[in-house]
Amino acid sequence: MTSVTDVSPEKPAFRLMRALQGLERLIVPALLIAGWEVFARSGVLPPALLPAPSAVLHALGDWVFGFDETTQTYSGHWLRDALASALRVFGGFALASLLGILAGVAIGWSRLFEKTLEPTLQMLRPIPPVSWIPLAIIWFGIADKPAIFLVFLGAFFPVLMNSIHGVKTVDHNLVRAGAMMGASQRQMLTDIVLPAALPSIFAGLRIAVGSAWMLTVTAEMVAVKSGLGYVLWDSYYFLRYDIVLAAMISIGLLGYLSDLGLKAIMARTLRWQQTTTVQGRAG
Amino acid sequence: MAAIELRNIVKVFSDKRRGRDLLTLDNINLDIEANDFVCLLGPSGCGKSTLLNIIAGFEQATSGRTLVGGKQVERPGSDRGVVFQQPTLMPWLTAIDNIAFHLKLKGIGKAERHHRAMEFIDLVGLRGFEHHHPSEMSGGMNQRVGIARALLMNPSVILMDEPFAALDAQTKLEMQEELVAIWQKRRCTIVFVTHSVDEALVLGNKIVVMTRRPGRIREAVNFDLPRPRDITSPEFNDAKRRILSLIREESTRLAQAS
Repeated sequence: MTSVTDVSPEKPAFRLMRALQGLERLIVPALLIAGWEVFARSGVLPPALLPAPSAVLHALGDWVFGFDETTQTYSGHWLRDALASALRVFGGFALASLLGILAGVAIGWSRLFEKTLEPTLQMLRPIPPVSWIPLAIIWFGIADKPAIFLVFLGAFFPVLMNSIHGVKTVDHNLVRAGAMMGASQRQMLTDIVLPAALPSIFAGLRIAVGSAWMLTVTAEMVAVKSGLGYVLWDSYYFLRYDIVLAAMISIGLLGYLSDLGLKAIMARTLRWQQTTTVQGRAG
Repeated sequence: MAAIELRNIVKVFSDKRRGRDLLTLDNINLDIEANDFVCLLGPSGCGKSTLLNIIAGFEQATSGRTLVGGKQVERPGSDRGVVFQQPTLMPWLTAIDNIAFHLKLKGIGKAERHHRAMEFIDLVGLRGFEHHHPSEMSGGMNQRVGIARALLMNPSVILMDEPFAALDAQTKLEMQEELVAIWQKRRCTIVFVTHSVDEALVLGNKIVVMTRRPGRIREAVNFDLPRPRDITSPEFNDAKRRILSLIREESTRLAQAS
């Protein structure tokens, strides 16, 4: 594989410029945090209502490493809590991806599935996943299962919709080309329609992983007694807004990392697309 | 037995918006012999692409029989290689994998696939680009991949639907020359759809002039000018004049009728 990008000379000046370019994305967060710190210390609001970033960082540090037990029973338990949430996200997301892609490809490709399956699914789609919480609790009790069920509901529909769209918008000449080369119906799906629909399917997966985190946290606030969402809601009862904020930051960070991971997989799988899209442009 | 036999082909499209049927092909009868290079020449909308799609099996004639190698055409198949107007390559596959896609569908291993595809990479002059994706190559190069992909299946006929229409003039000339060279070297049957009189005269040894809609065959002209053909020679011009007069007669007849 030869690269066609220009080769810039590795002079110290260029290296410095590139390092500075890396910093540009830190400007906005740094300004926000500095402003927040100043505002919190100014005493306009009582510190209990709006903890300063330094206090939040302190709480987060103790939650992760357990150095001075400012977070009391949570001290040093961050990894356990984060892992509990991450496993629910992963479980629900994996299930939703598998079934969403299967159902989406079936509906997109076959008129029969489109007529029989799609109306029901489209009727279920506008029901907010959180409104399933009462049923999820009476069906599955208070544990991982209702959370995974909710995550599944939140992640399934974005995957489904994008898979249907991806399959329906495959260039019909590609299908003709496949038929011309002697593809069977199964090969048409696995070797032509599915790869052609992948960019759209990945778009659905990325929306789904965001929904998955939102619903994990929601479920943990209501129906589960562990995880980051549970810590968030429990700290609210104890008026520990520093821990509430530390939990929010943790969720944001983990959600961001999940998306980065998915993006990396996407970039590898869809490498063929990069030279033709805006995403692949230099800089 | 001819390589392709078209018997009383009629194609009617139902135009739902206007609420009436549209006769596109009106009683087409044509025999194409093995190793012929046939150009279907006609104005846009005359049904020449539809006729090609019927031979390819992409579309069904409303009535009439289509035989390729003596067998009735029912669906697309690898005995008929198609080169589309747009290259229509799998964008996620490299040039060599696009060319060898037919072998992959047949379950042949990667090493063997690539080994067999290299012959066709060389034939269309793409050595060095075998691992490029379609998005990394020019339109002309992609169309070469499309031609190589059709040739690799070793089909009894190759159907080409204005494959050079989207290329610039210079690339078009090169590709026409190469196609003729490939046809001479490999002795295959080609049906080539075009709306350009020059292109038909450069390529074909039989030119089938079609009328404006509804598509009928105006005349099938044999054209055996030796190759390489000089497009500025008097013989070429005579032939061109003859074809153009066929087309012009057609349009005056239409003008009088309306």
